[in-house]
Amino acid sequence: MSNENGKIKKMMIILSKATIENVYAAFVLANGARMEGIEAELFCTFFGLEAIHTKKLEHLHVATVGNPAMHIPTMVGGLPGMEAFATHMMKKEMDKIDMPDVKEFLEILVASGVKIWACKLAMDMFHFKKEDLYEGVEAVITVGDFYHRAEGEGVHLLFI
Amino acid sequence: MEKTIAGKTISVNDEGFLTNFAQWDKSVGEEIAKENSITLTPRHWEVIDYIQNEVRKESPLSIRKVGKSGVVDIKEFYALFPNAPLKTATKIAGVPKPASCI
Repeated sequence: MSNENGKIKKMMIILSKATIENVYAAFVLANGARMEGIEAELFCTFFGLEAIHTKKLEHLHVATVGNPAMHIPTMVGGLPGMEAFATHMMKKEMDKIDMPDVKEFLEILVASGVKIWACKLAMDMFHFKKEDLYEGVEAVITVGDFYHRAEGEGVHLLFI
Repeated sequence: MEKTIAGKTISVNDEGFLTNFAQWDKSVGEEIAKENSITLTPRHWEVIDYIQNEVRKESPLSIRKVGKSGVVDIKEFYALFPNAPLKTATKIAGVPKPASCI
């Protein structure tokens, strides 16, 4: 942080969740960095892998249980169909503000120069193969590889 | 504040964006591009024309929208205006900085 007034040069974002609000938060932060001329990389681990898994990425949901900001009683949030309904409502709102869907957002990220990585340990745990992932994903790497990529001045790590 | 760009006195904000589009002409755009280490090619001008038209229509700009414009895709947009394409391109075009997160 000593040089250039702590200017941010690179954002290293770790996505560990697959709820739609978390995935979008990670994507918006990565894209927003690129828009400002800041480098950005995304490391998907654990459930975050769902955001880059071709069969799953279009079926992400918002969490209606254990999410007080939804203002739905937990028991109601747990009813069948509630997650799908809340997700549908949220997607409608996102569409209104010109928010792309997950697949298109991934394409925007890759075209903008965001590097997307998958966590090796989580891939092994879920028995996912590189071929299962969105084609724009760079590679499957270890956490150590990711830390090495984060070396240098003005690099920030963010866990979502 | 005022700044001399291409021999003209131009009103700009603290980020260097023109505050009065009437003061813009191609030589002003070229000089702002030069300050950002960009030499404008006919491809750049196509994008700048598009941006100025959208602003004239008061249609909000975003990276996604530029990418879907049919004028330039996102990858080329970043290649033409490296670093912060939307910011740099709008600055060169003499229009306000878009308040866009996508």
